[in-house]
Amino acid sequence: MNGVHDMGGMHGFGPVTPEPNEPVFHAPWEGRVLALRRAVGGWRRWNIDAGRHTIETLPPADYLRLSYYEKWLESTIKLVLGAGLVTRRELETGHRDPAVPVATPPLTADKVLPAIMAGGPTLRETSAKPRFAAGAAVRARDINPVGHTRLPRYVRGRRGTIECDHGAHVFPDSNAKFEGENPQFLYTVRFEARELWGAAANPADAVYLDLWEDYLDAV
Amino acid sequence: MAHDHDHPHDHDHGQEMPETALRVKALESLLVEKGLVDPAALDAIVDAYENKIGPRNGARIVARAWTDAGYKARLMKDATAAIAEFGYSGAQGEHMVVVENTPAVHNLVVCTLCSCYPWPVLGLPPVWYKSSAYRSRAVIDPRGVLRDFGVSLPDDVAVRVWDSTAEIRYLVLPERPAGTDGLSAEALADLVTRDAMIGTAKVGAP
Repeated sequence: MNGVHDMGGMHGFGPVTPEPNEPVFHAPWEGRVLALRRAVGGWRRWNIDAGRHTIETLPPADYLRLSYYEKWLESTIKLVLGAGLVTRRELETGHRDPAVPVATPPLTADKVLPAIMAGGPTLRETSAKPRFAAGAAVRARDINPVGHTRLPRYVRGRRGTIECDHGAHVFPDSNAKFEGENPQFLYTVRFEARELWGAAANPADAVYLDLWEDYLDAV
Repeated sequence: MAHDHDHPHDHDHGQEMPETALRVKALESLLVEKGLVDPAALDAIVDAYENKIGPRNGARIVARAWTDAGYKARLMKDATAAIAEFGYSGAQGEHMVVVENTPAVHNLVVCTLCSCYPWPVLGLPPVWYKSSAYRSRAVIDPRGVLRDFGVSLPDDVAVRVWDSTAEIRYLVLPERPAGTDGLSAEALADLVTRDAMIGTAKVGAP
């Protein structure tokens, strides 16, 4: 979707302001949100792409106003409601519907580190061959999907060069809609800064993006 | 639990927002009551990211690459496997690539679409990395962003920006500073900062 989350190349957000000696969490609730999100994710009722899309679909003004962990809180609430793990009435009352039996959490403390260490790899076996070889000239498609996509607006329609392929990876556009992983080749594509930003850019500079086959055309 | 954020506050920090803290507490209490999450697991997750998984991991990788040519070769060829030699793997670092800074090339990592970041080697991202300012400008004005961090690059040093649009996560291998020939890998790791491994800083001499 052409959302406010797709920020590459925008102006007006001011300087970047590093914070000396920044703590991991600025308040204990931030860590609890991170932990809740990961722990309830153990039910495997959604995937990382669907999760990202719940953040992208926050109202744009909220997206810009909320902090990272506030966005995660809103997103987690949307996800547990959408998955039917929690009802709206339970959320409002703050208590379990007595008609619903108490569940057993899938992620227990002893499984936390192994789960973190395992992560969620997105590389998939495929018998397909990559469509593009290193060095091939490509153009990012000028498409405007209304759902989740990882093709930023600032490269759409721009020419780049295939740097390498990373094998077949889960395709976010379909996975976010629970329409299947549809694994396809993922490429690192180099775009010259001048191709993206015009003649004022430094001719030595470039931006690299990881783009799926469905985002690219041969030139 | 209706959305309730209509007052102004500093959106880049999570401080002094008692209503948010209360909403998180209410959600946690409900999820625990329903048996959907184990409170001990929540503590373990917070502990992992507060105390176990952080930029010290990445610094050890960098120091080893500086002191062991064989390791560096493995790291540049298959970063995921070379990083796993240290026991670092998993969530938000499932597929790793290391990019090397040289006198001619400076690398900078960003995620313009959200805040993708190599957690197993750097821990959780700092607030500035997640900020709209960094995400918007890193790709169009990387040299200006570097100046915000006090790094000024000559025009003939090529800047390569890596926008983490998929599940590949990037770690910058900074240049080893001069005057560090006699240092052990452990002493070298002490010099390597988180920002140097994102590409917004250089590693200074001891």
